[in-house]
Amino acid sequence: MKRKIKGLTGMAVILLLVVSLVLGGCSSSDKPSNGTGGQAESYKIGAILDISGTSSSLGVPERDTLLMMVDKINAQGGIQGHPIELLIEDNKSDETEAVLAANKLIEKDVVAILGCSASGTTMAIVKPVQNAKIPLISMAAASSIVEPVAERQWVFKTAQSDIIMIKKIMEYLQKNSMTKIAFMYMNNAYGDNGKKAIEAAATQSGVSIVVEEKFDATDNDMTPQLTKVKSSGAQAVVVWAIPPSASILTKNFKELGLTIPLIHSHGVGNQKFIELAQGAADGVILPIGKMIVADQIADSDPQKAVLTQYITDYQNKYQSMPNSFGGYAADALSILVAAIEKAGTDPAALRDQLEKTQGLVGVSGIFTMTEQDHNGLSEDSTVMVQIENDKWKLLQ
Amino acid sequence: MGEQLLQLLFSGLTLGGIYSVIALVLVITYKITGILNLALGEFLVLGALLTVTFKTMGMPLIAASLLAMLAVALIAGALERLTVNKVRGASGLTMLIITIGIAIALRGLALLIWGTDTYSLPAFTSSKSIIAGGAALNPQSIWVLLLAGITLIGVNLFFGRTYWGKAVTASVLSPTGARLQGINLSTISLAAFIFSGALATAAGICIGPVTMITYDMGFMLGVKGFIAATIGGLGSVSGAVIGGLILGLLEAYSSGLISSGLNDAISIIILLAVLMIRPEGILGAIRTRRV
Repeated sequence: MKRKIKGLTGMAVILLLVVSLVLGGCSSSDKPSNGTGGQAESYKIGAILDISGTSSSLGVPERDTLLMMVDKINAQGGIQGHPIELLIEDNKSDETEAVLAANKLIEKDVVAILGCSASGTTMAIVKPVQNAKIPLISMAAASSIVEPVAERQWVFKTAQSDIIMIKKIMEYLQKNSMTKIAFMYMNNAYGDNGKKAIEAAATQSGVSIVVEEKFDATDNDMTPQLTKVKSSGAQAVVVWAIPPSASILTKNFKELGLTIPLIHSHGVGNQKFIELAQGAADGVILPIGKMIVADQIADSDPQKAVLTQYITDYQNKYQSMPNSFGGYAADALSILVAAIEKAGTDPAALRDQLEKTQGLVGVSGIFTMTEQDHNGLSEDSTVMVQIENDKWKLLQ
Repeated sequence: MGEQLLQLLFSGLTLGGIYSVIALVLVITYKITGILNLALGEFLVLGALLTVTFKTMGMPLIAASLLAMLAVALIAGALERLTVNKVRGASGLTMLIITIGIAIALRGLALLIWGTDTYSLPAFTSSKSIIAGGAALNPQSIWVLLLAGITLIGVNLFFGRTYWGKAVTASVLSPTGARLQGINLSTISLAAFIFSGALATAAGICIGPVTMITYDMGFMLGVKGFIAATIGGLGSVSGAVIGGLILGLLEAYSSGLISSGLNDAISIIILLAVLMIRPEGILGAIRTRRV
């Protein structure tokens, strides 16, 4: 009996080998089209997203946005007649899983990869993608994803860098003649990047950081750190964190009776932050992309039409408001599609074309990439908003 | 400076209260069954998340809390019957590993049902803080400390004054002797798990407004509770409360006066120090007696 099973397994293995050889032999180019007859070969685009795990609040709207847009593009005849075949991989918010997913997609000969959703997972796949010479468009914030550009030839990104956000904050401080600030940040990649960026910007703008405090994402109480801030004479507090710790900090801030302005980063740019802060978020100021206040920006704003279209499409399809993370995905796909239309799918030509992206109006801003800038967004992609009665209000 | 020290005291008491309650539940189960239940943090999270769900279904907070306590108590009881009860008499290590297994399973379940979102529970009373001596105290902290206090008194009365309490203590000290006296160990173990499920839920509801609730926070809370219990001495109920408060205060003062971000390192250093210098804990009742 045992021998029989062994024989069967052996046969199955040989059969599998033969099948895979045959399938591998005929390259993907002569793969039959999906039955509609006469349709051009589809373009395979990979996406690696943090769909489950700790960054799922980023990955899920990104997945939904990509699915929605690919459907729309294919319904309109694809890219110059070529339908898009979207291959989505879930990296479970895990760096190792992200690398495995990248290798898998590279083996499947994708044209380009979109992702990942978070800075940590993106950094993990930069190297494999660079080695494979396949364009990567990330949706994460850290500026170190695309910098130094000389070492990141194949990597682009759509989320506004912390540097732009901090410039905006510095402008705000100068306008209100505040020179002494306290800086509090999360003890992780997001917070560390914010810290580096603000330390660099502060000396340039004549702002001094009188207290610098960090906390862990899992901390339940930031009162000890805020107590230091209270006695420091800081004129404003700048915080680099995401919920829930950002919400807890905001609650503690109110409980301590602090009255100086509380400035957060774009990391708190979703409704969950307000909800978890349970009323304490009122008055919080932050720099963020325009989507959250799309209905308040001027009609003359070049982004208005793109924003309205994206929000309407998303609401019609999913019956909920999109957030800025979905916007990053929308931009990544738009930029890629525009580049493929011009340069085709040869990886090197596509990369060169991506670098030449000029004035592309996206959800998160107007993208103009150069050889030195693989993010391509300037300060005017960002606005300062204030939370008022649990709603986002554009600050003029 | 004085104001800052007072503020850190309040902050430490809040954290300490949270750790105390968890340590209390841990010690009670340990005292009754001899099992170190590391799935306790998960019971707490499950209870708090269920309360959130019941509340969003339109129930008032009290009804939602009671229903969640009942539900988790039943789940804890069922788990005891399905796992621990099957291997009665196995070594402490086996039991420990079983509870870790339960913890992983419960965390997976919570992830499936509630996802990775963060949930919040409303504070019992106004969320406006009380200002005392220039420092702010969150009213919810008082509720947490109150829960720790009431549980402490209740449990001390139970073990010290009631027939069943004494019976339970006896059964842990000498299982065979207890069985000869007609005490049903299996029932006692079941009751302990049911009770710890309900109490962990109560703790979760109390600390929910302060900490927020995510599916994966149970592990770290369980670890902190375990450290607090070890500081106090694993078998001592009062020790658990004292251990929790010490841990909370040390964390608050170290992050306020030395450097923030040290919290978790501090608790582990304290655990190691206690284990090396005084393994029986401050009020150690655990005796290194081998039978």
